Amino acid sequence: MIKYLRLVSVQLRTSVAQAMAYRADFLIQGVMSLAWLGVALIPLLIAFDKRPSIAGWDRASAMVMMAYFMAVKAVMEGIISPSLTDLVERIRSGAFDYILLKPVDAQLMISASRYEPWRVFDLLGAIGLATYGFVQRGAAPSLAHVAAGLGLFVAGVIAVYALWIVCAAASFWVVRLDNLVYLLSAVFDIARWPVQVFRGGWRFVFTFIIPVAVMTTFPAMALLGRLDARTALATVGGALLMLAISRLIWRAAIRNYTSASS
Amino acid sequence: MRSTASRTIRALPTLLRIGVAETVAYRAEFIVWMLTSTMPLINLAFWSAVARDGAFQGYDTPQLTAYFLGALIVRNLTGNWVAWQLSEEIRTGVLSMRLLRPLHPIVAYASSQSAALPFRSLIALPIAVILLVSAGGGAITHDPAQLALLLPSLLLAWLITFALMFALGCLSFWITQTFGIVTFYFGLWSLFSGYMMPMDMMTSKFPIVGYLAKWMPFYSMLGAPIELMTKHLTTGKMLEIVGIQAGWTVVCIFVALRAWSAGVRRFEAVGG
Repeated sequence: MIKYLRLVSVQLRTSVAQAMAYRADFLIQGVMSLAWLGVALIPLLIAFDKRPSIAGWDRASAMVMMAYFMAVKAVMEGIISPSLTDLVERIRSGAFDYILLKPVDAQLMISASRYEPWRVFDLLGAIGLATYGFVQRGAAPSLAHVAAGLGLFVAGVIAVYALWIVCAAASFWVVRLDNLVYLLSAVFDIARWPVQVFRGGWRFVFTFIIPVAVMTTFPAMALLGRLDARTALATVGGALLMLAISRLIWRAAIRNYTSASS
Repeated sequence: MRSTASRTIRALPTLLRIGVAETVAYRAEFIVWMLTSTMPLINLAFWSAVARDGAFQGYDTPQLTAYFLGALIVRNLTGNWVAWQLSEEIRTGVLSMRLLRPLHPIVAYASSQSAALPFRSLIALPIAVILLVSAGGGAITHDPAQLALLLPSLLLAWLITFALMFALGCLSFWITQTFGIVTFYFGLWSLFSGYMMPMDMMTSKFPIVGYLAKWMPFYSMLGAPIELMTKHLTTGKMLEIVGIQAGWTVVCIFVALRAWSAGVRRFEAVGG
């Protein structure tokens, strides 16, 4: 276990060192984070200008929800997407073989192989937005709700991660899939709005089949104190189930892997 | 000069065939690429929820459906990945092979990208049919002049998108990491093109954004053809929209060609 932690920290250090090498990016990335904050907020500001509530969400709660979207997106773009790009490249070039030879779990090795440290800005922006949302509401969340909100945030990240592992496993079969990252972010874009804006069959699909509700809507509701305990537990259970399924798919994919070089 | 033009025209059918073959060969990639443009549907769900108890800023549910399905069609038909293609070829040096051919590479890239259009239409046409049925025809234009202008408008939108993406790809001549810039460009585009919401909704709340959008090419890339598809416009307004598009087409192609010729000099310097 300690070995794995040391491994992850080494990989994190190299990524940070790499990011520091391109210091000019610091400014660009900061500006970009602000621009994306604008893109995320403008539709909300326009919509809530004339409507007090949309699909059961008022303006302040919708901002908290958007903050969750941005935070999970920051984790996704900071850790998950760069590692996936790395993996696809390695499978194509055959360098993935070296990872399989190493005496550590391959899934862990590739899951944290590269980071984009600048995404920390987005995370800060998300925290700021959530704070602003609660100031607008005029009431701070209780300690229990904060704990639930944070716990479900982790569950949300786990759900995204599980989806990512499934995508990564797919790239064993269809090697030339450089744009898997874009597919993943397209699926995740569904989580931009509360699941309640979808109606009928779609809401069912996005709650149970492609569980995007687990990623942002339910965690945000937990922090707002609007989620009942049963749904909260189901969310955590669902995320863990996704993780287990993705692990099985990954194992099957590894067994199927025939190197690109042989 | 004349021989260059005739050579290019003679090469076109072959180039298009190669492009079609490429699209077929990388069909999984192509399908994934198509699936990534579902954003208009997600936005449609949101704005429909907003308009659930009555029209919002003049948009009722059928009009919103028409608008966002229109966005999906335009995005499908005009999207291209020449920026990624170009920067990959610059990075790996494959570009030098293209420079040897007696044909301007921008033509080769354009035909490679446009060869995907028949496949893209296969996706766009069913959506158009759904659009006709679901919006009940009321939210779609019947004006023959407007319909006649739709095709040129789509073509101009394609050209602007291609030229800008090409210029972005050319940035790889100078910098190695263009990914961030492309993402930034996409952010601007989402904001100013009418991708997230119809631009008149935007203008009523944020007049500054609407004003700035007038001076940027993004609206001509997406919003303009959607407007021709879904709104009832006067002849003057129609011509204005397409005229602005034509102007941006000229500007963007000029920028793309300049970026290319400036960059390629640098490329030779690095390679030699």
